[in-house]
Amino acid sequence: MSEIAKRREFCHPIGASGEVLNEICEAGSSGFRLSPRVTEKIAFFLLSLASLTILLPILVVVGVVVVKGLPALTWEFLTQAPRMGMKEGGIFPALVGTIYLVMGTIVIALPLGVMTAIYLTEYSWQGRLNRWIRLAIFNLGGVPSVVYGLFGLGLFVIFLRMGASLLAGSLTLAIMILPLIVTASEEALTAVPQSFREASLALGATRWQTTWRIVLPNALPGILTGAILGISRAAGETAPILFTVAAFYLPRLPRSIFDQAMALPYHLYVISTQIPGISLDKKAGTALVLLGLVLTMNLAAIMIRYRFRRRKRW
Amino acid sequence: MLRKGTQRIKEYLIERCILVNGLTSIFLLGLIFLFLLREGLWAFQFTSLWDFIAGLSWYPVSDPPLFGILPLILGSLLVTCGALSISIPLGISAAVFIAEVAPAGVRDWLKAAVELLAAIPSIVIGFIGLTVLAPSIQRAFSLPTGLTALTGSITLAFMAMPTIVSIAEDALTAVPAAYREASYALGATRWQTIYRVTVPSATSGIVAALMLGIGRAIGETMAVMMVTGNAAVIPRGFLEPVRTLTATIAAEMGETVHRSPHYHALFAIGIVLFVITFLINIGAASIIQRQPGSRRR
Repeated sequence: MSEIAKRREFCHPIGASGEVLNEICEAGSSGFRLSPRVTEKIAFFLLSLASLTILLPILVVVGVVVVKGLPALTWEFLTQAPRMGMKEGGIFPALVGTIYLVMGTIVIALPLGVMTAIYLTEYSWQGRLNRWIRLAIFNLGGVPSVVYGLFGLGLFVIFLRMGASLLAGSLTLAIMILPLIVTASEEALTAVPQSFREASLALGATRWQTTWRIVLPNALPGILTGAILGISRAAGETAPILFTVAAFYLPRLPRSIFDQAMALPYHLYVISTQIPGISLDKKAGTALVLLGLVLTMNLAAIMIRYRFRRRKRW
Repeated sequence: MLRKGTQRIKEYLIERCILVNGLTSIFLLGLIFLFLLREGLWAFQFTSLWDFIAGLSWYPVSDPPLFGILPLILGSLLVTCGALSISIPLGISAAVFIAEVAPAGVRDWLKAAVELLAAIPSIVIGFIGLTVLAPSIQRAFSLPTGLTALTGSITLAFMAMPTIVSIAEDALTAVPAAYREASYALGATRWQTIYRVTVPSATSGIVAALMLGIGRAIGETMAVMMVTGNAAVIPRGFLEPVRTLTATIAAEMGETVHRSPHYHALFAIGIVLFVITFLINIGAASIIQRQPGSRRR
C-alpha cells in the first residue's frame, strides 16, 4: 500500500464525505483496493449469510417433519399401541415410556444438581476443591452420550442388577443431564445480588437459612429453566437408553420402575432403520411428536428466561 | 440455648451434606472411567493393545474374532474432519456476527435459534439425514448408496455448530470493551476492529470452542450411525460408507452376549472415546481460563 493511500485511509473518517467513487474503490498506484467502508459492508454481509446457516437446518428439519408427519397425527396415533409389527397403530406406549423416563430423570438430577450448585456458589467460592468440581462437571458435559449408555449398562444394569429398567435408564439420563442442571442453577444463584445475602446474614440468619429462604426463591426461575432444558435433553436422547431401558416392542405400559419401557427416540430409531416397510408418515409422525415435545420445552425455557431477565427487580 | 445448639448441629449436618453432594460430580466422573476400565480391559485377554489400536479388520463375530479398530478410528476422523471443515468457518462467522455485528433484537433471535438447533434430538436429525439428505447425495453424485461419510459430515456439521457458535460468542463478548474503544479511537472501522483486535484477543476462547466442537463431533452417535452406512472398512474417500467408533458401540452392543470378547471389546472402544473426549475437554477448559476478560475461576 502506498504511503498516500495509507494516509487517505486514515483521513477518511467513517461515513464523512459523499465522494462515492472514492468510497467504493481507490485505484491508487499500488493497484485496486476497496475502501475500508466497503470492505466492512461486504464482510458484514458474508457474516450475516453465515449466521443464516443456523436457521437453515432448523427450517429444513421442522418443515419436513411437520409436512410429512402431520397427516399421521391422529388421536388414535397418540393413544394406541403399535400393531402388526409396528406397521399399524400408534405410539402410546413409547410416549408414556418417555414421560415416565424423564420424570424419573428429573427427580434424581434436580436435587443433586441444585445442591452441587449451592455448594459451588454459597459454600465454597474458590479454592482448589471448587476448581476440581467445576472441571469434573465440565468434563461430564463432554462425555459422549453412548459412553453414558455403556456406563449405565456396566454399573446399573449389570453390577447393581437392576436389569434393563426405567430405574437404570433414569439414573443414566440423570447423570447425563447433571452438568446442564448444575450450570443453569449456578448461573441463577450467582445472579442473586450479594446484598440480599448480607442483609439476611445481618439479621442473624444462618447460612443455610439465607440460602433456603432468600437465595433459592430468588433463583427459582433460572433453576426452573435449567430443569426444563434438562427434561427436554433427556426426552430426546437415544444412545444412553439403548442398553439401559429401551424395549424394541412392548405394547403394554410399564408396571414398575423395574420394568423395561418403550421410548419415543428409540421407537423412531427402530421404525426408521430396523424394520423395513414402515410408511413414511408413521415415521415422520413419531419424529413430529418427539420434536414437538422437545422444541416446546425449549421455547418455554427461553421465554421464561427472557421474561425473568427483563422483569428483574434489582 | 438448647434451640441454638440444635440449630448449630443442623447447620453443620447440612453443610456436610452439601459438601458430599458437591463431590458427587468428581465421584461420578471417576466411576464412569472405572466401570469402562472394569469391563473394557478384559478385551486385552483376547487381543493385544497394538492389534486393537492398529488392527486393520473389525470382525468381532468371526472365528477367531478380529478386534482392530483402526477402520473405526479413521471413520470417526474422516467424518469429523469433514464436519469441521464446514462448521468451523460458518460457526466462527456466525459467532462474530452475533457478538459484534447484529443489532440487539436480531442477536436475541439468533441466540434462540442456536439453542433450538442444539435442542433438536440427534435421532430426528438422523431421520432427516436418512430421508432427505442421503437420497439427494445419492442422486447428486450418482452413487449406489447415499449413506456415505459426506452425508455424515454434513449432518454432523450442523450438530457441532451450536457448540462452536455459543462458546466462540462467549469468548468474543468477554473481550473488554476498552480494547474495541481504543481501536475506534485510532480511527479503525468496526470490521477492522473485529479482525485486527477483537478476534485476535479472543483467540484462546475460539480455539477452545473448536476443540469442544471436535469433541461433540467425535462423540455424536445416533445421527451418524443412521447416515454413514456402517461399513467397518478402512475408508477410501468421502463418497464411501464408513463406520465410526460411537456407531459401532451403539449398533453392536445389543447383539453381544454378556462378558463375551465382543462385549469387552465394545467397552474398550468406550475407553478410547472417553480418553479422547476427556483430553479435549481438559485442554479446552485450561485454554478458556487463559482468555482475557474471562471470569477467572
